[in-house]
Amino acid sequence: MSRQGKIVWARWSVSLGLAGLLEAACRLGFVPKLQVIPPSEMIAAMVELLQTEEVLDNVVQTFSTVGLAFGSAVVCGFVLGAIFHGLPRVRRAIDPLLASYYSVPIFVFYPLLVALFGLNSMPLIAIGFLAAVPAMLIATLLGLDRVPPVLRRVARMHRLGWGRTAALVILPAALPNLFQGVKLSLAYAFIGVIAGEFILSPGGLGYSIAFAYESFENRTMYGLMLFVLLSAVLVNALLSSWESRLLRRRGRG
Amino acid sequence: MNRAGTGWFDGTVIVLLMLAVWQALYAYAGAVALTPPWTTAVYAVDLMGSPNFWGHLRATLSAFAWSVLIAGVLGIAMGLWLGAFRFAGDVAEPMLAALYTIPKVTLYPVILLLFGLGPSAKIAFGVIHGMVPVVLFTLGAVKNIRPVLLRSARVMRLSPMQTARFVLVPAVLPEITSGLRIGFSLCLLGVLIGEMFASQRGIGFLIINGINSHNVKLTTAVTLIVVVFAVAANSALLVVDRRLHRVG
Repeated sequence: MSRQGKIVWARWSVSLGLAGLLEAACRLGFVPKLQVIPPSEMIAAMVELLQTEEVLDNVVQTFSTVGLAFGSAVVCGFVLGAIFHGLPRVRRAIDPLLASYYSVPIFVFYPLLVALFGLNSMPLIAIGFLAAVPAMLIATLLGLDRVPPVLRRVARMHRLGWGRTAALVILPAALPNLFQGVKLSLAYAFIGVIAGEFILSPGGLGYSIAFAYESFENRTMYGLMLFVLLSAVLVNALLSSWESRLLRRRGRG
Repeated sequence: MNRAGTGWFDGTVIVLLMLAVWQALYAYAGAVALTPPWTTAVYAVDLMGSPNFWGHLRATLSAFAWSVLIAGVLGIAMGLWLGAFRFAGDVAEPMLAALYTIPKVTLYPVILLLFGLGPSAKIAFGVIHGMVPVVLFTLGAVKNIRPVLLRSARVMRLSPMQTARFVLVPAVLPEITSGLRIGFSLCLLGVLIGEMFASQRGIGFLIINGINSHNVKLTTAVTLIVVVFAVAANSALLVVDRRLHRVG
């Protein structure tokens, strides 16, 4: 087996082994059922829940909120990053803000957002947006920093216009950082929206999990939890594999 | 004006701009949403003088301190271990990265079920937020030690203790500091989220209590205190961090 193969194999066996251990601990009664239910039951609960209309509505609601927050954050983060990159003095001034941004728990602004936008899904979209936008902005700045000056000169030599320089030279050169930004933005938007729903909002998957906890419905809680965690891991894995394919092709080209 | 001078000037402009936006938001949304900057600052200072607030602050700070301590020690130990064994590190790294990107708040009910209502649940929640970056940065630092450094240590016949003291620690310290800085912020986030959900004490509880009882004055003031604390602590760590990176 190749080394990479062994690594993947080890990864799967560690994950499945831990799940198996938990299963055994639950079945043998080391872990009380009131605390954790066996993984096999979590999966069963998840499958059952995903067939009910109520849960599906919540899934659609949460995912569309995340999607809107993520999409707008990527666009705004990229545009702002490109603008700030062109204005070094502004960039220097906002640098300390960016460096400290993620040390502030963003959802403390939720009540303010509710007062601004009203009690609908806008405050949640805003939370996801606020959580995601700096990641994209920072990644754009770093990506543009790392475009080798020689490439810009080559573009000038070929007398490329502004638009074609951006599309053919600068964007491809900044791609690895931009992709990293997109990945982080998605993760942060997801975390922000779910956390907002969990603590404050009256709807969506996060809320359903909190509600199930408070009404002692462990099966529902673990089923939904597993679904949320699996979706996050799955989306992240898909983006990562796409990323490595892109980078490989870039390395060859 | 010299560069440092323009830096101060620009920084002041940014702060004034933020205060202006705050005041404008107040003018737009009114007293149901937030209190204006000056009122908030005065109330925040008042709050700092009240013994009731100090009780909540102490609860948060002690949970926060414990979670930083545990996340730091466990994180560095695990990072060193995973960094020393290449294979284990390669297996674990993407799994840890995945752990970093999942919404950990969904795990909070499990933590509450395991640890019960009380400070230990908050601490545990802070730890699972803050530990991952510490592990990842430490792992990266150990993995990327330049082999030439270790070879020079051997050439100079340093004892293992000396190697650790003069070669290994200085080589990994800057990265570990960066990890601790991020871990620090995330521990605070974890503890606050923990307090906002199913807790009766602490700063997070004060915020959620203010939200639920429409005490806008309290919420805005506590938010201001949290933001100032987080930004100040982070900036201080950032200074240390950057100095270490420059020397290293």
